[in-house]
Amino acid sequence: MAQAVQTNTGQSLPLPEGIQGIVADWSSDQRAFKNVPWGKAMMWIFLLSDTFIFSCFLISYMTVRMSTTEPWPNPSEVFGLTLFGKSIPLLLIAIMTFVLISSSGTMAMAVKFGYEKNRKMTFILLLCTAALGATFVGMQAFEWTKLILHEGIRPWGNPLGAAQFGAAFFMITGFHGTHVSIGVIFLLITATKVIRGDLDHERPGFMTGRKGKYEIVEIMGLYWHFVDLVWVFIFAVFYLW
Amino acid sequence: MAAHVEGQQHPIGIYLKIWGLLFVLSTASYLVDYFHFQGYLRWFLILLFMLLKAGLIVAVFMHMLWERLALMYAILVPTVLLMVLLGIGALEADYTFLTRGVFFLKGLF
Repeated sequence: MAQAVQTNTGQSLPLPEGIQGIVADWSSDQRAFKNVPWGKAMMWIFLLSDTFIFSCFLISYMTVRMSTTEPWPNPSEVFGLTLFGKSIPLLLIAIMTFVLISSSGTMAMAVKFGYEKNRKMTFILLLCTAALGATFVGMQAFEWTKLILHEGIRPWGNPLGAAQFGAAFFMITGFHGTHVSIGVIFLLITATKVIRGDLDHERPGFMTGRKGKYEIVEIMGLYWHFVDLVWVFIFAVFYLW
Repeated sequence: MAAHVEGQQHPIGIYLKIWGLLFVLSTASYLVDYFHFQGYLRWFLILLFMLLKAGLIVAVFMHMLWERLALMYAILVPTVLLMVLLGIGALEADYTFLTRGVFFLKGLF
């Protein structure tokens, strides 16, 4: 019988903090991101790449808006709603903002209950998040319909002013809306896994041999909060500017 | 701290507080538009509320506050490069605006 050398002394040294910690983590000749499941590190790196894509859109928008010699349509009026005979600026966009922030709040709590292995609460909160996300996409569809059919805004021109307005608007909000829609689909998949007990019983998921763990709820959460984060920037620089 | 804490565990209160704070900040940025603030005050307030909201979401909701610095720096530092792209975009836009004025809108300059 071969005997194994016992290498586990039962204690591990504490990881250094601060700048020393960064140097130690990166030069450890092991994985650089300690205490983080690799799926979560990969999601962060994906989100970094997505940040660059959205930044390209927003910076291109800035460039075309600064360089146009025609007046830019006033978003405050374009996206206003008339309610009870009174026109309120940006009302729909404000409601969409609150809906998306609320979905981020329920998502954050779903992650918390997930790690507590509270299957029912996680499921309910994930469904709330998906419902709020779907509401957001629905309101965006309403907004697009209004702009295309009633205001005549097209990607190549519009009756209100600078032609670049439509191109920037449809590109930026369209790409963001796609992210929300994909997020809703994955929220529903994650919720199904949670309520079926796939994560408690560590069943491997669809198209993967990895064991199901509650960290996938947090990884899903990272993506969802990122979608909310992008909306914060779109709301500020496109709708309010 | 317990021996085997799995993942990020924080009391629920902190999420509810940040949620409330995000509502307040969103309302504030909406009011900037509602009260028709203009000029530098408008820009300053919009950017301030935007950065505060973004910071809260990344720090608390996305748990960046509790991650090790190695991950924090790997994700947050590259975004600083975007400032370079922003600067290039602004320079290019100014130049395009100038040439459009000179060649297409006779009389503007």
